[in-house]
Amino acid sequence: MKRRDLLKALAAIAPVTVAGRVWAAPATEARLLVVFLRGAYDAANVLVPISSDFYYNARPTLGIARPDAGNPNAALSLGADWGLHPALRDSILPLWGKREVAFIPFAGTGDDLTRSHFETQDTIELGQSVGGSRDYRSGFMSRLAAELTRAKPISFTEQLPLVFRGKAQIPNIGINSVGRPGVDDRQAQLIQSMYAHDSLASAVSEGFRVRDDVYKSISQEMMAANRGAVSPRGFELSARRIGRLMREQFNLGFVDVGGWDTHVNQGAATGYLADRLGELGRALAGFSEEIGPAGWRDTVVVVISEFGRTFRENGDRGTDHGHGSVYWVMGGGINGGRILGEQVKVSQASLFQNRDYPVLTDYRAMFAGLFQRMYGLDGTAVQRIFAGVHPAELGLV
Amino acid sequence: MAADRLVNCQVVMMISGTLNASFRSMRTRCAFLALIAAIAGAADTHAGELNSQDLALLDRLTWGITASSAEHLRGVGSERWLAEQLHPAANATLPDAAKAQIEAMPDVHRFPFDIAVSFDQQAKSANQVADPDQKKAAQQVFQQAMNDRARQAAARTILRALYAPDQLRERMTWFWFNHFNVVQSKGNIRILVGDYVDRAIRPYALGKFRALLAATLRHPAMLRYLDNADNAVGHLNENYAREIMELHTMGVGSGYTQADVEALAKILTGLGIDLKPEDPKLKPELQSQLLREGAFEFNPARHDFSDKVFLGHPIKGRGLAEVDEALDIIVHHPATATHLSRQLATYFVSDNPPEALVQRMAQTFRTTDGDIAAVLGTMVHSPEFTASLKPGTKFKDPMHYVLSAVRLAYDDKVILNTAPIQGWLNRLGEGLFNHETPDGYAMTSPFWNGPGQMMVRFEIARQIGSGSAGLFKPDMPNAMEQPAYPLLQNALYFNGLRQALGPSTLAALDKAISPQDWNALFLSSPEFMH
Repeated sequence: MKRRDLLKALAAIAPVTVAGRVWAAPATEARLLVVFLRGAYDAANVLVPISSDFYYNARPTLGIARPDAGNPNAALSLGADWGLHPALRDSILPLWGKREVAFIPFAGTGDDLTRSHFETQDTIELGQSVGGSRDYRSGFMSRLAAELTRAKPISFTEQLPLVFRGKAQIPNIGINSVGRPGVDDRQAQLIQSMYAHDSLASAVSEGFRVRDDVYKSISQEMMAANRGAVSPRGFELSARRIGRLMREQFNLGFVDVGGWDTHVNQGAATGYLADRLGELGRALAGFSEEIGPAGWRDTVVVVISEFGRTFRENGDRGTDHGHGSVYWVMGGGINGGRILGEQVKVSQASLFQNRDYPVLTDYRAMFAGLFQRMYGLDGTAVQRIFAGVHPAELGLV
Repeated sequence: MAADRLVNCQVVMMISGTLNASFRSMRTRCAFLALIAAIAGAADTHAGELNSQDLALLDRLTWGITASSAEHLRGVGSERWLAEQLHPAANATLPDAAKAQIEAMPDVHRFPFDIAVSFDQQAKSANQVADPDQKKAAQQVFQQAMNDRARQAAARTILRALYAPDQLRERMTWFWFNHFNVVQSKGNIRILVGDYVDRAIRPYALGKFRALLAATLRHPAMLRYLDNADNAVGHLNENYAREIMELHTMGVGSGYTQADVEALAKILTGLGIDLKPEDPKLKPELQSQLLREGAFEFNPARHDFSDKVFLGHPIKGRGLAEVDEALDIIVHHPATATHLSRQLATYFVSDNPPEALVQRMAQTFRTTDGDIAAVLGTMVHSPEFTASLKPGTKFKDPMHYVLSAVRLAYDDKVILNTAPIQGWLNRLGEGLFNHETPDGYAMTSPFWNGPGQMMVRFEIARQIGSGSAGLFKPDMPNAMEQPAYPLLQNALYFNGLRQALGPSTLAALDKAISPQDWNALFLSSPEFMH
């Protein structure tokens, strides 16, 4: 809170600062939501390399058919080389049509080859170089927040994730389990007084600060639901709530979704992965609805995952841990409807270690380039977020 | 004598506990009596006084301090108490009221094979119902029964954690479950997870690590969860092989390669689950290799008999014996001793355990052939552990927080319903059997002390502090809730816990307007979080 007050004061003195400006409309606030698909989603079946015969040979049971208007299970054409999973027909394809979504294939961690979910998730959230000793108290979104004048960060997770660990206390809230607060104002005061000299003082005061605002926002939605509106569940519910909260109160958010580690029977056009994708697509489309047209114009959503999966299907109609993934970038103001970043033809020869997609766009380079453009950050600010990284110019915003 | 007076005071407060108006004067009187008691105690045999170091020890190695366990520790002394905890009797008994609740659960004495077969049959007959509505109803009954088994498994875990005298074994049961995590929502693990805890984890929790690892490796819950049930020659699935090394034993970055992962995956081919009554059809030369133990099966027809090189050791392809050889190699790998010791020290000592302590524990692991109790013995007798007992050093994870609050509130008065506790753990993000990924729940404080979580803790503190919170309402239709009023400001508080409170907390507690409010504030205090 102190930091924010200080930043507010600074912003008041110098209204034209390098940070806090948005590409299209400098008067408004840029919003960023990072969605982490934990478990390494099977990117090759979401952005399908439809021009690759090798893909169809490598995935005899999992392959998604080439685009075909008469086949509901076929991939949806995004051009000559790529198709979209059919489970995203009603949610993401319309956004593609409006040029509000872009995909970055061959993205991931250039330097983390552990193929361990947990190790690589940590690597990405910390955004530090691999090899040196890690500072687990410094996540990259926390460092981003520190560079912005008007950051109102929040993590929509039950636990505060590594990505938001840092010097300033960032609030978190498990968005699907919000209930009416039972601890009243008097108790809240007494509790805060107990923590006045404790290391958790800022966590406790931040918690009370956002608690009532979040409840207010969500209770309105719950009242609407009680009047007979269809109420979504799972991640779709979360994403809609997040959209509302980011429209009204927060501008830098993080959320994660698990369940992507599909070693067995992952399904193809239908089945387990298709169901998860359908939910994810509805969630993201729902988010864009709830944040409203004005908010959506200023918002960028980035969907990432720790790594991709083996390009060939395994013996159990699933896929094992791989390397390169596909990231999604969405927003009302982005330069979308395109497949971005360095690319190679998908063939056996272009696989990494004859096994996985290579990484041609490092996650840090992508985020660094994005932050630069979104927030007008200068080179030294970007270096404080991602030391030693050369920002990728993908022309997203 | 001093203790008697305090008990009387407590009784008076119990009676008047709901009359908030008289609370302030009553509490002042009790505090006054406690002061007299303390002076009287000091004058004779220190009766009733509890050393704060002992209380910290009790809190650190159990699911939370209770008046009776503090009394027991004071009676036997810390060394004997530690010996009891590290080497508990095999038949340590639960209170009858807890045992009766567990015994009433279906499947508590059945084995996975029978459980899974009977559920399979129930599913089949539900699917055969002709009428669509009746079929749907039958399927719902079936699903409900599956869900009930998982809830019963959680209830068992909670009842044992709250009331077992061998508290350290219960802490270690949770620790090892989390280490060898499985999630109830995958496949039919809901119906197996109770057996997994009770037969694959708890009996080995303080024994040899090798036996624990082998027990998890043969349990259908693990074989299903990490997909080894689908790992067969020509159809490799490396999920379990990778996690054994990365999470269960050596740790990530400890030197194994992708080739080692694939070699271990091949060694593990053929280990799976078989629920059919008849044996699989095998070529005559393979028949002697078939092994079935309940639902576990080693099927030689699914095994990759090629020779392997694993962690630098050539392994002759020959069947199940390869698995034993591989486990020996892994367990004796120096990285395993270090990784497990660091995990234990992180759980019990510090978010960043001192390296010297980790190395001494690892040394014990190696010299005792992986004896878990011995490794813990090295830990609890170390100066680093003693130093970590000073107030405010170790933040409780949600499981420890919730259980320690319930234990403190009700001691050995056995609760009648664990559902509120299961709900609180879920709200705090550490629900039993609900961690989706094989890394288990995080053990360090930054995962559990974020703003959102502190808010939920205060809500739970208020619920536990205010009344029975559903803990004394049996889980059956039309059950009446039995009245229960926790009174935390009792002899244990005046004789021990109070000494550890800082001035800010004492000042806030002084402003409580009722016993319920006092309880809620005490359970919300920074001291109780640690």
